Amino acid sequence: MEHFNVFASKLVPGRELFSPGHKACQGCAPALAMRYLLKAAGPNTIIANATGCMEIISSAYPDIAWGVPWIHVAFENAAAVASGIEAGIKVLQRKGKLAPGKINVIAIGGDGGTFDIGLQALSGMLERGHEVLYLCYDNEAYMNTGIQRSSATPMFSSTTTSPAGKKIPGQATGKKDLAGIAAAHNVGYVATACTSYPFDFMAKVKTAFETPGSKLIHIFAPCPTGWRSAPNEIIKLGRLAVQTGIFPLYEYKGGQYHMSMELPFLKPIKSYMKSQGRYRHLSEEQIAMVQENVTARYEWLQKLAAASQEG
Amino acid sequence: MVKRKGVESSIALADAAAMCNVDAISAYPITPQTHIVEHLSEWVNNGELDAEFIPVESEHSAMSAALGTSAMGARTFTATASQGLALMHEILFIAPAMRLPVVMAVANRALSGPISIWNDHGDIMCERDIGWIQIFAENGQECFDLTPACFKIAEDKRVILPTILNFDGFIVSHMIEPIEYWEQETINNFLPDFEPQIKLDIRNPSTMGAVGVPEIYYEARIAQNEALLNSKSVIKEVFEEVTKITGRPYNLVESYNMEKAEVALFMMGSLTETAMTAVKNLKKRGIEVGIVRPRLWRPYPTEEIIEAIGNIKALGIVDRAMGFGAQSHPVASEVKSTLYSSDKRPVVCEYVIGLGGRDVRIEDIEAMFLELIEAAKSGKSQPVKYIGVRE
Ligand SMILES: Cc1ncc(C[n+]2csc(CCOP(=O)(O)OP(=O)(O)O)c2C)c(N)n1
Ligand code: SF4
Ligand SMILES: [Mg+2]
Repeated sequence: MEHFNVFASKLVPGRELFSPGHKACQGCAPALAMRYLLKAAGPNTIIANATGCMEIISSAYPDIAWGVPWIHVAFENAAAVASGIEAGIKVLQRKGKLAPGKINVIAIGGDGGTFDIGLQALSGMLERGHEVLYLCYDNEAYMNTGIQRSSATPMFSSTTTSPAGKKIPGQATGKKDLAGIAAAHNVGYVATACTSYPFDFMAKVKTAFETPGSKLIHIFAPCPTGWRSAPNEIIKLGRLAVQTGIFPLYEYKGGQYHMSMELPFLKPIKSYMKSQGRYRHLSEEQIAMVQENVTARYEWLQKLAAASQEG
Repeated sequence: MVKRKGVESSIALADAAAMCNVDAISAYPITPQTHIVEHLSEWVNNGELDAEFIPVESEHSAMSAALGTSAMGARTFTATASQGLALMHEILFIAPAMRLPVVMAVANRALSGPISIWNDHGDIMCERDIGWIQIFAENGQECFDLTPACFKIAEDKRVILPTILNFDGFIVSHMIEPIEYWEQETINNFLPDFEPQIKLDIRNPSTMGAVGVPEIYYEARIAQNEALLNSKSVIKEVFEEVTKITGRPYNLVESYNMEKAEVALFMMGSLTETAMTAVKNLKKRGIEVGIVRPRLWRPYPTEEIIEAIGNIKALGIVDRAMGFGAQSHPVASEVKSTLYSSDKRPVVCEYVIGLGGRDVRIEDIEAMFLELIEAAKSGKSQPVKYIGVRE
């Protein structure tokens, strides 16, 4: 896996199982996440998708973007539906009613559908240990309903329910630690990823499917519409989020943390924030405060990973 | 040969579900349903039933996971009551829209608040228009007999709709009765394998639960309603088969002593057993009264109900749930509008009885019958009366 990046483009199948022609906005990174996900997972895959942008833009009947079996039931229950799919596969294969062979089961939810309303169903799925990969694409707000804040929305970010007001300058809290919550369920594999690092992401999807039990990947996926940034900036924004330490890439495997990328230094977060309308109102002090939090969290993660290596 | 056992109704229902060789059960505990899923988990954990038991973390997930297993093509069963049913509410609508024939037993229980674990129909009356087939069992024997029937109806290619089997919490669920078990072979012959036409299949990918754009939503809803209405003939057919197997009458709507009666009570569930005693008591006094009991509640069997009501002069409609602020409580609302579309218009008296486990006495029912006779004489309908409530 070390040299995966070098050969990756040759290894990635050309076949598109998430087909072009879906209705996502220009420059939508979550849609890229769907595309890469299916390139890595392949056709023997069944998806349970939560309500949200990715569901809406891909399934307006009869224009369906999915080349694999796909089901959408509601907003908060993708993990529960996927649990059922997995249980169904198990029993039907055992009883000889379904052809044997590995089927990848994936639950997909946005940050709202995962961090907030779907957290209970996710916890249930992880705790029961269903053979499911849960993919949370994090565009840091409820985009489908018009950019409302979620518990994944970063501090000071201006959304329609955490507006940059005269008294309260945007989102008052920081991002919940989803990967930490998943890891606390003692699952075999948890990883963070970013749509600007597709080969890293696809390798993580493959590792996830090589690991038995439940697994979760939290992928950072910029949304130009909700972040008020240019559609052609999203790859750069994703890279900056990683390089500033705002969204560190790491894996949790067999109880150990590994950083996915060695960063010689953290770029200042200002470089990341300046091109996004949602941060335009921030004062120098507020940026400094976020910078402090970001650096501290990154260092904490590094220590965790180092301790894992030693331990 | 059929075996008769003294057994709790919940256990009999669970045994029947297991004998239907269910593939998947996803459930969450709630009184008075719990014995069913407890017993099914025993079947599974003892290796006597090859099924996946998903011990979900909520009823919302119970129904969601059930849709997942059913979408894979697994025969799926769950059970709940009251708050659990209410928590499923959002997902209940989606099951018939996606044509996923899950079977669910509901041990009818009052809804909060105040919280009450006891019986009435408050839970299911909130869910009557969710698009599921809904059947009311009267006793433990019906719970057993109707379980294979529910699977057969739900999975029939002409139907493919989820189905609820209602039975009264505690009064039926916890009652130990002599119940005739069908032979396993009888169930096997009666109930074919579940062969869904559309499922999540990697060799033939399909999309389930796509967005209903304005050009399609309306038609989808109408088609779904047609499917539910059309299921009535299949339900009738399956009930007839159950009658043949068991020798017990299974009509869409049951009539009791209606040939001679001039007045009747319309009611569902186990209350009819108490009412039958009242009918017999009055008969001894030379008073002929009758009972109309729909076994099928959705699709609403309009013609059969009109036929059962016949030419009686006064009809008492019994509700076991409140329709807060409504013109009438749920059953009365519906039955009154049935009468409006019929040329037979008996005088109507409306009753609410037995909420939250309040005891229903035979004398209460006798008094209702006598009141109906007076109403028939006077020709005056009577607004709702709350029987057994303290002033
Ligand atoms: C129970 C329920 N509550 C609210 C909604 C409305 N709703 C639909 S999508 C959505 C936001 C989704 O946000 P997220 O999960 O972050 O996905 P995104 O749209 O950002 O891709 C909301 C609030 C709903 N469909 N169901
Ligand atoms: S709002 Fe954002 S996440 Fe939604 S489709 Fe547009 S770019 Fe993608
Ligand atoms: Mg979002």
